[in-house]
Order: sequence, then structure tokens, then C-alpha cells
Amino acid sequence: MDFALTTEQREIRELAMKFARNEMIPLSQSYDEAGKFPIDVFKKAWELGLVNTCIPLEFGGSGFKAVDGVIISEALAYGCMGMNTSFMANDLALLPIVLGGSNEQKKKFLTPFTQEFKIASFCLTEPSNGSDAGGIRTQIKDGGDHWVLNGEKMWITNAGYADLFVVYGTINPDLKHKGISAIVVDPKSPGIEVGKKEDKMGHRSSDTRGVRFNNVKVPKENMLGNPGEGWAIAMSTLDHSRPLVASSALGGAQRALDLSIQYAKERVQFGVPIAKHEAIQFMIAEMGMKVEAARLLTYKAAWLCDQGVRNTEVASYAKAFASDSCMQITTDAVQIYGGYGYSKEYPVEKLMRDAKLIQIYEGTSQIQRLVMARELLK
Amino acid sequence: MANVLVFTELHDGHVKPVTLEILGKLSGQNADVAVIGDIDASQVAELAKYGAQSVHKLKGANLEKYSPEGYSNSLAEFIKSKSYDYVFAGATSMGKDLLPRLATKFDAGLASDVVNFIFEGGSFAGTRPLFAGKCLAKVELAGPKPHFISIRPNALGMTANPTAGAGACADTNVNAGNIRATIKEIVKAASTKVDLTEANIIVTGGRAMKGAENFKILEQMADVIGATVGASRAAVDSGFAPHAMQVGQTGKTVAPSLYIACGVSGAIQHLAGMRTSKVIVAINSDPDAPIFTKADYGIVGDLFQIVPIMTEELKKLLGK
Amino acid sequence: MNIFVCVKQVPDTETKVTPTSDGSFIETSSIKWIMNPYDEFAVEQALLIKQSNSAANVTVLRVGSVKDTEALRTAMAMGADDAALVEAADNLDSYSIAKALKGAIEKTGKKPDLILAGKQAIDDDALQVPQVLAEMLGLPSVSVIVGFELAGNNVKVKREVEGGALEVYELSTPCVLACNKGLNTPRYASLPGIMKAKKKPMAQYSLGDVGVSEADRRVKYSQFRLPPEKPPGKKFDASDAAKQKEVVNQVVGLLRTEAKVI
Repeated sequence: MDFALTTEQREIRELAMKFARNEMIPLSQSYDEAGKFPIDVFKKAWELGLVNTCIPLEFGGSGFKAVDGVIISEALAYGCMGMNTSFMANDLALLPIVLGGSNEQKKKFLTPFTQEFKIASFCLTEPSNGSDAGGIRTQIKDGGDHWVLNGEKMWITNAGYADLFVVYGTINPDLKHKGISAIVVDPKSPGIEVGKKEDKMGHRSSDTRGVRFNNVKVPKENMLGNPGEGWAIAMSTLDHSRPLVASSALGGAQRALDLSIQYAKERVQFGVPIAKHEAIQFMIAEMGMKVEAARLLTYKAAWLCDQGVRNTEVASYAKAFASDSCMQITTDAVQIYGGYGYSKEYPVEKLMRDAKLIQIYEGTSQIQRLVMARELLK
Repeated sequence: MANVLVFTELHDGHVKPVTLEILGKLSGQNADVAVIGDIDASQVAELAKYGAQSVHKLKGANLEKYSPEGYSNSLAEFIKSKSYDYVFAGATSMGKDLLPRLATKFDAGLASDVVNFIFEGGSFAGTRPLFAGKCLAKVELAGPKPHFISIRPNALGMTANPTAGAGACADTNVNAGNIRATIKEIVKAASTKVDLTEANIIVTGGRAMKGAENFKILEQMADVIGATVGASRAAVDSGFAPHAMQVGQTGKTVAPSLYIACGVSGAIQHLAGMRTSKVIVAINSDPDAPIFTKADYGIVGDLFQIVPIMTEELKKLLGK
Repeated sequence: MNIFVCVKQVPDTETKVTPTSDGSFIETSSIKWIMNPYDEFAVEQALLIKQSNSAANVTVLRVGSVKDTEALRTAMAMGADDAALVEAADNLDSYSIAKALKGAIEKTGKKPDLILAGKQAIDDDALQVPQVLAEMLGLPSVSVIVGFELAGNNVKVKREVEGGALEVYELSTPCVLACNKGLNTPRYASLPGIMKAKKKPMAQYSLGDVGVSEADRRVKYSQFRLPPEKPPGKKFDASDAAKQKEVVNQVVGLLRTEAKVI
């Protein structure tokens, strides 16, 4: 058993943390306040190879493993959870192509992302289907030499800037899971309406919109796998993406912990730094314990991916535990900062707002528990 | 008693104060001074007052301007003609550039940026800061003589009652040798103020400045000491200064060697942005202002009276 | 064109420095090592030259402990072609380091056209190695450079001196230049760069291989200790107008004599 990172992994983390400290943290508060899309930061991160880490070597990627991906995403989320949501959305959208696409499709859709800066969106959730992903209503109909797409998607990250959509729809709603299919759609296709940017509580710099498809023609060769194989692709995507989302919560939690430690040593009450008060010490200890446990779960979930071992159960542990811990830790960070913590002048209230979303997206904490129970009881 | 040579630079014809600091500290040793070029009698007298036995004026072609090769060749030639145990110089821009080359001509060691020293049984033993001043260590030299030492300016201080030396004066002709790196031009420092984050000295105004127009008294002080002017968040929010001037958590984080806070109360967000300043001076009329807990030197009083007096005092001190 | 860049690995600036119990050095076990920040400007300058001269080869050199080769790997990940490490203790003095660097350059068999280094390493802050190396190699040098232009064999550099004035030097290659902040903006090592660096050659030598022995030590450090605690601040009452001048005079005096910042 070996918990140590390799030399390359340490270097990768150093680079990503340096990027987070120099390029992200200084902008995170102002971008959050203005709800400004971090396209400049995103592009810089792309130039350094910090995004699209899921693209395999043979298609122009860096050849990173899942563990490398979570190391990078943890560091970038340390810089800003909101910005990292935008960056990570590229991987979430490209993963179905990596996992379910043919070699031709991978070459056609993935390689351009390694050659120039591009943005992708993953379109799964619908106005009436969130956790119940099997109940998708967006229709993919056979139009002869093309597919015809109709339906509405909600909470689509990067939608206003995307160069590529991966859309989940159904060839027949009556087939339930067995009808679900995944297709790659050009966002510039006629018949696509992208809605206005959502005004959100947190992750305010990430661009979130609704997308409507009205008789959108999609080339036949853009379907990933066969019709009806979409559910399987989605499930294996989740096994890869949940550790990634967990690492985002982990990065935010680590930042909240670091800021809390720093503040507790500086803030003087009753004549001593508040770090000398046991009440604060216990909160800090609790935070540290949870961060470390979340890290172990997250890295293990990613490591299992790399071993080719089914990780559904551990991935859910990681996603739920890391995001729930992040919520608790960021809330406690605000508590330790007291009145200052509630002020936008200080960075911790933003962490608390950002943490909330990670408990919700990519499978709520409750859905994760359903998955765990199903795995444990089967 | 060691035979010591002190190399002095001239600044507008005057010896740099660090030379006198070194000479004063060398009391009890046999100390000569070397200068490249000419030096007038009053300066020789000043050197003698602090203990210089002989002042050697090294003269030759191509020595009007500093060059690492010309200066090191000339000094090496002179030093080889004598028998010095130690060669000292100030750790100035020139000293730091010159001494490593010069020492290497003797395959000798150089202790740089020494802040204090004694002679233990005739041998040099110095103290110097390492790791950006996070720790101190004793420094000693080994290997061929002479040994070379550069001394940080202002570190030793001036000796109050120095023992005078003979102050004899002699010219020596030297050969600057082959000079490959030469100064073609000197560009004076631009008058534009350095950015807050890079400033060595910062003067900051707080809410008590009462208005934007009052910042001119801070500007005046800043001009005297080469400082950049900053503002607290309260002053920025009150419209006294632009956000670009704000020091603190949501403004700029600064770490100058001197930070002068005028009428700044010291909110925790302000302290977070300047707490790593080396020396902090606070001027505030409220004796209980939190800024005083961080200040090395606190002055309780009205800034509108104190700041102009301080500007005058600084002018006097700096001879401006 | 053969460019050599000398880098040093130093404790991260955030590091808490603790002297060893016997005072012989500092505790190094828990230190995070980084490339000396001034050396990053040297690496960047070398890579900028390489960008406009594809025939340029950039070799990074380091003398120091082998346990971590972060600085060399970072330089290669940024784009340097190859590296050489001379294994030595972390507390070697400047003279020995310069001699080892000279030996390492000779080992490569390449004739240096340009040698770049940071103006100082932030551990011992000695500001010696570039000039000592230049003297040992019989080359001209300029230190603390903040501007650099290369045209053929002609180099024009700006050296920063007290008060921010700049001395403009003209010289020819081969030469040694010590770089300061402001010269350029060092790039990040990219992730593909990090992966490529794994395959780049790194030669490794002992001090003996490059002709350096304990007899070359010129500077000896001992009695490492923490500086005295900063005393609590001094507060002066100048609320009485009559006392103002006296108080201000006193404080300004202390700023010079005690704090030594004016």
C-alpha cells in the first residue's frame, strides 16, 4: 500500500496550486460578484494543459489518469470552486465520448479540444427530470439520413460559450432507461435556443443556462454507441466524474480549512488568538479530519477507476462525503470568522455559497446514498 | 593586529558612510583605505578621523566609470603589492558585484553581507543573517589570504569616539587591464512611483484624512523618502482615494520595509494586507486604535500636525 | 548557441526556518523546496532566446542534494533541453558551488556562449556565484540585470543599482549574467512540459567528479540561531502640541538608528 504521490503528480499539483494562487484566487471574488465568466482564466488553464485531462494520449491528450485529474481539479477548486465548475464541465462533457465513442468519433470530437481552446457542455438535466435521469423526455427521432432532436434542458454549465454539446435524449420514452441515447450536437445548429444566464447563489462565475432544441438536425454519425446505449454510457461516465466532482469539494474544503487556521491564529479575543480557545481548536480539528477523510475517499475512487475496477460504491461515498464535508467545513469557517465571515469583504462566505451546489449537482447527496445502499444491499 | 584594507566608493566625491562604519569597528587593527580615482583632503581627513592609516588613491586609464573587470583588476594589482590579511567593502550595489570577482582572483573566500564582526585571536568572526533574516549564523573564512568581507550598510553603526589614524595619502598607478563589460550609459531612476506591492516604503492615509485634498501632505512626505502613497478601505470607500491605492484584504497586500499609517484605525482587513511590513509606524489621535498593537513606533496625536513635522525632520535627516 | 542556466533549490519563502539543536545548520527534513525565485528569470531568459534561435540548447545546472530534483525538473518542464546535477550538501559555500558549476560545464564538453543565473539565492543570500564563476572561467559578467538584448554576439543589458538607476552595459558573448526580478515574466511549466521533462536527460556527478573537495570550502557557517524576538512596539504621546516636535524627532531618529529603514 502506498499513499505517496509520484514525482510527476507532485509537480502537477505544484503547478496547479501555483496557478490557483496566482491566477484564480486574486480574481475569484470579483468574478463571483459580477457573475463574470472566467474565459480568460479558462484559456490560460487550457494553455498549461490543466483542463480536458480526460482526453487519452492517442487523441492528443496528456495521457493523464483519473488520479491525476482529481489532483488537478482539487487544486483548481482551491483557487475557485465556481471557476472550476466551468473547467470541469469540459471533462464531464467529453467523458461520454472518451468512454462511449468510436475511435473515429474520438478523433473527430476530442482532438480539436487539444489543438485549440474550446468549451463543451453536458446536457442531461431537464426541467422536470433531475435526480430521475431515467425519465428523460428529450426526443431523438430518426429523420432518415440524420437524427431530429426536440426537447428542453436545464442547468447546462458553459451553455452560453459551448463549442460542443453532448445531449442525452430518448429514442422512445416508453423504453425508459433502454431508450436513452447520447449524441454530440453542434451548438450552432439551427433550432437551438440558449436561454438567459441563471442568477445563482454560488458558482456565480460559471455560466449556467437552459437550452431548447427545436427540430435540430444532427448527423447520424454523431450518436455515441448504438441507440439505447446512452444509459450505460451515462453510468460509466458518473463513475469517472463523481471522483472529479468530489475533488472539487475537497479543494474548496481545504481552502476553508487553510483560511480558518490563518484567521484563528491572527484574530485576538480575550487577549489571546482565538486558536488558543478550545472551542475553535475542536472546530479546526473536525475540519482537518474531514478534509483528510474526503481526500482518501476521493483519491481511492479515482485510483479504482485507473485500476479498471468498478468503483460505483466508492465514487458515491467520495462524492457525498466530500460535498457534505465541504458544506460543513465552509459553514464552520464562516463561524470562526464571526461577523467578518458573513461579510463579502472576506473570502469564506463565498466558499459556503459555493459548497452548497456540490451537494446538489452530479447526483445529490441523497441520490448518492441511494446508490450506496443499492450497492451494499445487492 | 591584522593588516586590513577597506575599499571605499565615492558618492558625489564623498566616501560612503559604510566605509566609516567599517573603519570605526576596525579600531585596534591596522587599517588602510583604497579608493579608485581622486579624493579631496576633507574626505581623507574624515577617513583618518575614523582610523585610516594610509589612503591609497589608485589611478589609471579606463577607471573613470565602474566596471567589474577594471575595478577588480586594479584592486587585485594593488593588493598583491601589499600584504593585507583582510579586505573589507560595503555590501552596496558595487560592492556586491565587485568583491566576488576580486576575491576569486586570490582564490580567496568572501563573507557577504556581514552585520557584525570581531577578531577572535586575530581571526575574523562575523555574524550574518541567512534565509531572508529568518536566522543568524556565525561566519568564518578559510583558505588563501587575504580574506574578503562585505558589510551591510547601516548595520554596524557609527563609532561614537573613533581612534584616529595617521591618514597618510599616496597615489598608486594601476592597470585596469582588458575590460569587456563596460557601462555605455546610466539611466536615472524614473520619477514615476513604484507600485504599492513593490514599494520599499509606503505612507497610507485612513478615514481620518477627512478628504482627498488632504492626501497631499502624505504625498509631500512620500516624496522626501521615496515612498508610495496608499489608502485604507475606509478612505477609499469615502472617496478620498481610488481603489488602486487600497491596502488590505480586498486591496493590495504589501510588505515594504517601512509602513507609515496615518489616521488608519487598523481594521483587521487592513492589518491582513500589511502585517508583514518590516517596520510599522502609526500616527493616530485615538490611543486605543488597533493599529497601535501592530506598530513598532506609535505616535498618539493629530496627523495634520504630526505629518508635516515628520516631513521636515525627514528632510533634515536625509539632507534634502 | 550553448546556454547554461545555473539554478539552486531553496526552501519555499513561506518556510519556517528552525536551526538544528547543535546550531550547525537548519532543520531540512520538513522543508518544501522550490527553485530559487531569481533563477526563474534566468531560465525564462534562456527560453526566450531559444524561442528566437532554434539552434540554441539550454542546459540547466544545479549543485545540491539529490533527495529532490525539483528545480531541475521544473526548468526542463518549462522548456530547458537537458540538465546536470552535482550532488552536494545543501550548505556548500559559494566558492565551492561556482567551482562545481565550472566543472559541470566542462563535463558537458560544450563551450558556453551564455551563462545565466539568478542574482542571488534566497537561502544564503550571498550574491557571489555568478561573478565567481565568471572569474573562474575568465568571462565578463554583469549582475542584477533587468534588461537584456541580444544581437548576434552582442549583448546589451541593464543593471539595476541603488535608487533604481540603471547602468547600461554592452559586451559580447560568451559572458555570465545574473538576473533580477523585472527582467521578464517566467512562464509556468505546462503539464505536457512536465510529462516531456521525464524523458529529458539529466547527468549526475559527485563533487569529486567535478574536481571539488572539502579543501575548497572558503566560508564556514556555524551557530545558526533565530534572531532576537522583535520587541513590543514603542508608543509616544504627542497629543500635547508642545511635545510634537520632540516626539517626531525621536521617532525619526529611531527609524534610522534602531529600525535602520531610513
